[in-house]
Amino acid sequence: MKEIVKLISVLTVVCVLAGLSLSFVSDATQEARDYQDRLELLSSLNMVLPAHDNEADKDVVEVTGDTYYLAKKDGEVNGIAFITSSDKGYSGLIRVIVGVQPDGEIVSIGILEQKETPGLGSKITEDWFVDQYKGKSLENARWAVKKDSGDFEQISGATISPRAVTGAVQKGLQAYQEDKQEILGGSDVVQ
Amino acid sequence: MSFNKELIKGIWKENPVFILVLGMCPVLAVTTSAINGLGMGVATTFVLICSNIVVSIIRSYVPDRVRIPVFIVVIASFVTIVDLTMSGYFRGLYHALGLFIPLIVVNCIILGRAEAFASKKSIPLSIADAVGMGAGFTLALVMLGGVREIFGNGTIFDFSIFGSGFEPVLVMILPPGAFLTLGVLTGVFSAIEKYRSKEWRKYVSQDLGKTAVVRERL
Repeated sequence: MKEIVKLISVLTVVCVLAGLSLSFVSDATQEARDYQDRLELLSSLNMVLPAHDNEADKDVVEVTGDTYYLAKKDGEVNGIAFITSSDKGYSGLIRVIVGVQPDGEIVSIGILEQKETPGLGSKITEDWFVDQYKGKSLENARWAVKKDSGDFEQISGATISPRAVTGAVQKGLQAYQEDKQEILGGSDVVQ
Repeated sequence: MSFNKELIKGIWKENPVFILVLGMCPVLAVTTSAINGLGMGVATTFVLICSNIVVSIIRSYVPDRVRIPVFIVVIASFVTIVDLTMSGYFRGLYHALGLFIPLIVVNCIILGRAEAFASKKSIPLSIADAVGMGAGFTLALVMLGGVREIFGNGTIFDFSIFGSGFEPVLVMILPPGAFLTLGVLTGVFSAIEKYRSKEWRKYVSQDLGKTAVVRERL
């Protein structure tokens, strides 16, 4: 009995001390982590949106659960960014940020998160791959990889990853098309 | 004397990867490039040093029957601290290793050193042990990552060494490459160790002696 009490009290003291120190470290690094999160979002927004003079990460419209970031120049919307994803990659979720002009033509895309095979599927993050989406829209391209008689390059040895990215971007564009009226409803838009 | 001995044994004589064969999970998983190996090695070394210090401090207060859970709580806390700090201050490295940082908790080297060494020895010796073991682990990860990166990607620390004509051997950065490289490097390590050992020298000199005798008779 006495031994059990001792075991329990030692474990309790150790766990309480560990919990306390972790909550302290978590608090101390919270600001730095938030700052890094915002930097990451801003840098990916700047990567895919046309030149703008507002803070795009704070100019947000939410339509049916999807978040749209608006880029404005002289008060007029000149670009919209949204995050789309696909679970059809080789391993795990692929998250893609897409920037479009108000008419739905892609300015640029960026891969936010992927766990594809290093050296194979992970090549979807390379410039030559993401750049091929520039200027494409739902109307002017066939949204599939070349192997599936579409317009987008695949990677030799890894067709699944480009297929997933292409699917994700297409899905995002379709959602944007549907939500377009609501997103741009109250704003002035560059024609 | 003893301090130095504990410090250097982890690098060669008791190298955690090639000799003790501990912590194989991160060894095989993260060594797709030299830089990933280095980052993982440094993070593991940090956790190892911290956990060895704390385990050595509390060693006389912890009853034997709950020592493993106590060690695990200590190790997990330091791993979480590394995770939070990296996320706040070293975002690039955090993304490169992201998945594998939490895995440090279950790295047997850290629990192994806590159990086999720090829970029995003084604080300075435990620090020496942790630094040596961490250095040996890091060295092994960098070697493994380096070999796999050279063959699988044609680069070392992201510098291209073969030029654009090189056709990378993809299998080397896929999981089988990890097993192949680990096997070959472990073989090289034990071959060198065997060659250095006294038994081998004795064997060789005996053998030479016999040859000499045979020659004389001829």
